Amino acid sequence: MKKFLAGAMALVMMFSFAACSSGGDVEQPSDSESNTEGSAEGSDTFLIGGIGPLTGGAASYGNSVKQGAEIAIAEINEAGGIKAGDEVYTFALDFQDDESSEDKAITAYNSLMDKGMKAMIGTVTSAPCIAVKELSKQDNILQITPSGSAIECITDAPNVFRLCFTDPLQGITMADFVKEQGFTKVAVIFNNSDDYSTGMKNAFVEQVKTNGGEVVTEEAFNEGDVDFSTQLTKIKSTDAEIIFCPVYYEAAAYITQQAKELGMNLPFIGGDGWDGILAQVTDPATIEGAVFLSPFLATDEAEEVAGFVAKYQEKYSATPDQFAADGYDTVYVIKAAIEKANSVESEDMIAAMTEITVDGITGSMSFTEDGEPDKSAKFVVIKDGQYTAME
Amino acid sequence: MLISILEQLINGLRTGSIYALIALGYTMVYGIAKMINFAHGDIIMVGAYTLYIGIALLNLSIPISILLTVIVCSVVGVAVEKIAYKPLRNAPPLAVLITAIGVSYFLQSVSLLIFKATPIPFNSVINLQSVKFGSLNISGITIVTLIVTTISMIILTLFINKTKAGTAMRAVSEDKGAAQLVGINVNKTISMTFAIGSALAALAGILYICQYQTLKPTMGALPGIKAFVAAVLGGIGSIPGAMLGGIVLGIIESLSKAYISTELSDAIVFGVLVVVLLVKPSGILGKKQNEKV
Repeated sequence: MKKFLAGAMALVMMFSFAACSSGGDVEQPSDSESNTEGSAEGSDTFLIGGIGPLTGGAASYGNSVKQGAEIAIAEINEAGGIKAGDEVYTFALDFQDDESSEDKAITAYNSLMDKGMKAMIGTVTSAPCIAVKELSKQDNILQITPSGSAIECITDAPNVFRLCFTDPLQGITMADFVKEQGFTKVAVIFNNSDDYSTGMKNAFVEQVKTNGGEVVTEEAFNEGDVDFSTQLTKIKSTDAEIIFCPVYYEAAAYITQQAKELGMNLPFIGGDGWDGILAQVTDPATIEGAVFLSPFLATDEAEEVAGFVAKYQEKYSATPDQFAADGYDTVYVIKAAIEKANSVESEDMIAAMTEITVDGITGSMSFTEDGEPDKSAKFVVIKDGQYTAME
Repeated sequence: MLISILEQLINGLRTGSIYALIALGYTMVYGIAKMINFAHGDIIMVGAYTLYIGIALLNLSIPISILLTVIVCSVVGVAVEKIAYKPLRNAPPLAVLITAIGVSYFLQSVSLLIFKATPIPFNSVINLQSVKFGSLNISGITIVTLIVTTISMIILTLFINKTKAGTAMRAVSEDKGAAQLVGINVNKTISMTFAIGSALAALAGILYICQYQTLKPTMGALPGIKAFVAAVLGGIGSIPGAMLGGIVLGIIESLSKAYISTELSDAIVFGVLVVVLLVKPSGILGKKQNEKV
């Protein structure tokens, strides 16, 4: 009986190891393999860990970041890798799914650390980023979030940097936009259970008041809500001239479509979470004229952007959104940090972060001590069912 | 202001009538089999995905897709009963309840495997212009929902009260043993109940995705739970009770969202369940039944 038990235990353990090692999207070569490979080509592998939602409601963000990062990595490896000290490194990416949830992100982080991650892209969404930051801070791993825009994503963690705008900055920019367009009465509909949404909303409301405007109503909803007709009916009964929706595209698709059904014709504005909405709405006419912030526009004619868009379309048969661009730029920021530090030690790379300036496809950026990026925003308007740059 | 209240009432009536359609399934199954079929909410999801397959993948016409959806849901409902619940006919109620929860997870996981977690946008098959009364605006889908719900309820009531099969259903719900003695096929009647309940859930599923236009494997869970609350509120086992419960619940939800707090609306909805269970455990239209000794 004991023998049987021991045998069964051994089997179970074998299965669980097998299950662990097949978790990632990119197979991490085992140590011996990478060593032989290294000596043959004269290069070592630098493992970049990625964490973001590849399934679930925010899946579009994670997949875009992952695909954008893959393109940058292919480019860098094709060009011969990165030189640091006497070694030449090639990048490898292991991108794990967190379904945009904190606990799954932490599991993903631990599994990436076990695999020997040297720097991290992620997490893609805000709430998991805040959770993972505490761990990466203890391990002192260079972490760059391509798109985690809540203030808390990078605070109190000198090892964490951000590539995108913060939520409050987006809120303030949109409030100024409202004023420039000559609107004074604004309605807000936001997700009360989400840091991203409330962070942007609070800064927006504050700034609208500072600008002399009026927020006529603030309507909240909860994560996972699909029915917004009550909130919209309330907004309809006010004299609001424009609706601010600091939400992700899935909710934005519900809201705009239901507004149309209720016969509302108020213009919508949103934050960068709106990127990807065209793939989610059944009728693009419901979001015609909506304006949101984005650091990247695929129709941009600049050479680097056009080159990236062409490669992305060839490989994934889709037009890249800002998250893909963020993922792409994050890889180049890591590369710049390695080159500046001339080392792949976490400490050196982190110290180098504040000294680099990267000309990325989301604009030229440098980083402050706090980990915030220094770069400018673009407004995107949906025109004839397409994302278009606003003059 | 008045217009706004009216519009909120209509919003409530619309969600409420979808709850009522689902609640009918809960209440019928409870009446006959004396069990809570927690997998009932997921039949809505099965219906929604079937409609999507019919229209978007197989390019069938709308009426045929709807028919297919109703048939598939009925078959799934009956199959669930035959495979999961029938072997437990004489088991303790707790075993059946847990099995029902298991079936619910099973259906969700299967659809997660087939369709993945990423939401699929779905174009409504009901394209009706919204109707305007002065500044009151009622969307086409709301009108269709109300009409479909009303017709289904009338047909169901007539079926139960006027046909032989309906009489058999009522007899089985009153006393299974006695029904068998007078020559009613109990198993057949129970299967029929599941088929009808699931067909109503299919209709609810169709109306639900035409309203919200997005498919997710977990989409049936919350409406399912709310419809269960509606069934208890109206008096579980009572068919007019389920209709009333659904509509009352939809209106409570809509008005509490509009005039109390959007954050608290779910708490209020489930709070209503607690209050009903405390004050009148048998529900608004439920009959108080004395335990036979």
